[in-house]
Amino acid sequence: MTTVLDPTGERKPSDWQRLERPTSLDGLTVGLLDISKPRGDVFLDHLQIRLEQIGAKVERFKKPTFSKPAPVDLRHEISTTCDVVIEALAD
Amino acid sequence: MTKPALPDGLVAFVKRDCPTCELVGDVLADIEARTGLTTYTQDDPAFPEAVNQRIDDTELSVSWHHDIETVPTLIRVENGAEVERIVGWSREQWEPFTGLEALGGGLPEWRPGCGSLSVDPNLANDLMVKFSGSEISSRRIVFAAQEDEFDSMFQRGWTDGLPVVPPTEARVLAMLNGTTRSPSEIVVVAPPDLVDCTVEKVAINAVMAGCKPEYLPVVLAAVEAVCNETFNMHGLLATTMPAGPVIVVNGEIRKRIGMNWSHNAMGQGNRANSTIGRALQLVIRNVGGGRPGEVDRATHGQPGKLGFCFAEDEEGSPWGPLNADLGGVAGEDAVTAFATCGTTLITDQLSREPESLCRSLAAGLLGMGNSKSVLGFDAMLVLGPEHASRFRDAGWSKEQLIERIVQLTERPGSELVRGAGGITEGIPAFMAEAENVPKVQPGGLMIAHAGSGAGLFSMLLPGWVSGEMGSQKTTVPIRP
Repeated sequence: MTTVLDPTGERKPSDWQRLERPTSLDGLTVGLLDISKPRGDVFLDHLQIRLEQIGAKVERFKKPTFSKPAPVDLRHEISTTCDVVIEALAD
Repeated sequence: MTKPALPDGLVAFVKRDCPTCELVGDVLADIEARTGLTTYTQDDPAFPEAVNQRIDDTELSVSWHHDIETVPTLIRVENGAEVERIVGWSREQWEPFTGLEALGGGLPEWRPGCGSLSVDPNLANDLMVKFSGSEISSRRIVFAAQEDEFDSMFQRGWTDGLPVVPPTEARVLAMLNGTTRSPSEIVVVAPPDLVDCTVEKVAINAVMAGCKPEYLPVVLAAVEAVCNETFNMHGLLATTMPAGPVIVVNGEIRKRIGMNWSHNAMGQGNRANSTIGRALQLVIRNVGGGRPGEVDRATHGQPGKLGFCFAEDEEGSPWGPLNADLGGVAGEDAVTAFATCGTTLITDQLSREPESLCRSLAAGLLGMGNSKSVLGFDAMLVLGPEHASRFRDAGWSKEQLIERIVQLTERPGSELVRGAGGITEGIPAFMAEAENVPKVQPGGLMIAHAGSGAGLFSMLLPGWVSGEMGSQKTTVPIRP
């Protein structure tokens, strides 16, 4: 963990800022990321049904293993194809 | 942290990992027994075994605060104040220092000491952060364990497109050692956001750029030279032209910090040249907020906007230094800032007479921007040594050279008006009758001297909009 000194004029907050939350999922593409923990897919199957009922388009993704961060290509695919992402933890 | 006091009497600093300290262990015990001694031990609290009055300084606080550079060090303290110190082992010095005779029988007469742990290069910066009572006030930003710090700095928009050195507190404190100025001193109000820019902020960006501490005074002077009304850094950012500041360094400091004025002086490869110019641009980017596509509206930009700094070859020059031509004092350490749109080569490998070479140089100047654009240009001509020597041989002064080149850039209005030569660009038709329309404004041509000894070349640094409407070249002395 590295601590550095802010080189800027400090006119903006230093922490990453959250993207604005959508007010509705209607018409948006929601990515469901299965991190490959057992039965995470069961939870996501139900979420998919509920999301499609309220007009969202759903795309499913799966990490190769839960023990490592998602591969760069997968993260890129999710970020370029989805408006919103839900990541499922399960055990 | 306040400086820990030393006890009155004799005080020694030692470490086990020092053969000389090992050697004098019994001598220290002898001194302790005969006249009293307090021994601070830096690495092993049990060392030296023969001594009774040992104080654990493995934190190195006492050593750091009392500037111990060598072990063993002997200090005499009276009324809480240091009176005298000696380092290493020398019977000749130790006996009068302690007032004791026959010290260290059987030992060699003299042995040098070892480096104190408190100045160990691997520890010194961390000790400085710990003990110096840091005056650093910048926001601390903690990168998460899984963040790649170099990548994070790109993502936060702090870099110029190349990696930067992480500005840790230890590195910034080390950088601040390069100046006597207080970290909180406001150097300039940085454009375009008009943010108070402190010595500390400049130091942070200098670390990121890769500067050494001894470059910091030059970076500070460069920041001062461009962040003011007359140089108009905001205008340089906002223009669609590719203008950026070039920094020319004069004075002895060029040599002290190892700058380049010879082979490839304007190119890559010299740490001081490259990082000083880069640090200036990072200050403008990070503190001032001048970023491409935002306030920086350059159509193309140019590579010199990453940073452009070189030293003048004063020793090899037929003339005085550049800063002296602009109101500075010859021999003084100074930076000159000039708004330039890049670099252009002027070749002339055949001229041996000044007049012929002047004509080549003038022809180069005429090409700045558009050969039909005139009036109000500034330019810097950086003569290579082989070109400059043509004028030296003929005994020409710099003033004489400038006057002749400027004269040769004057052209009749009829050649320059719109439409002339089949080119729509040009000056308004009412100027068609003018006889001598100058390319450069009065006082607008600067001559500097740099480059290696081989090559019949000079470099033209075309200016941007000059004078009060644009940017005025600025010379600033470098302060420690």
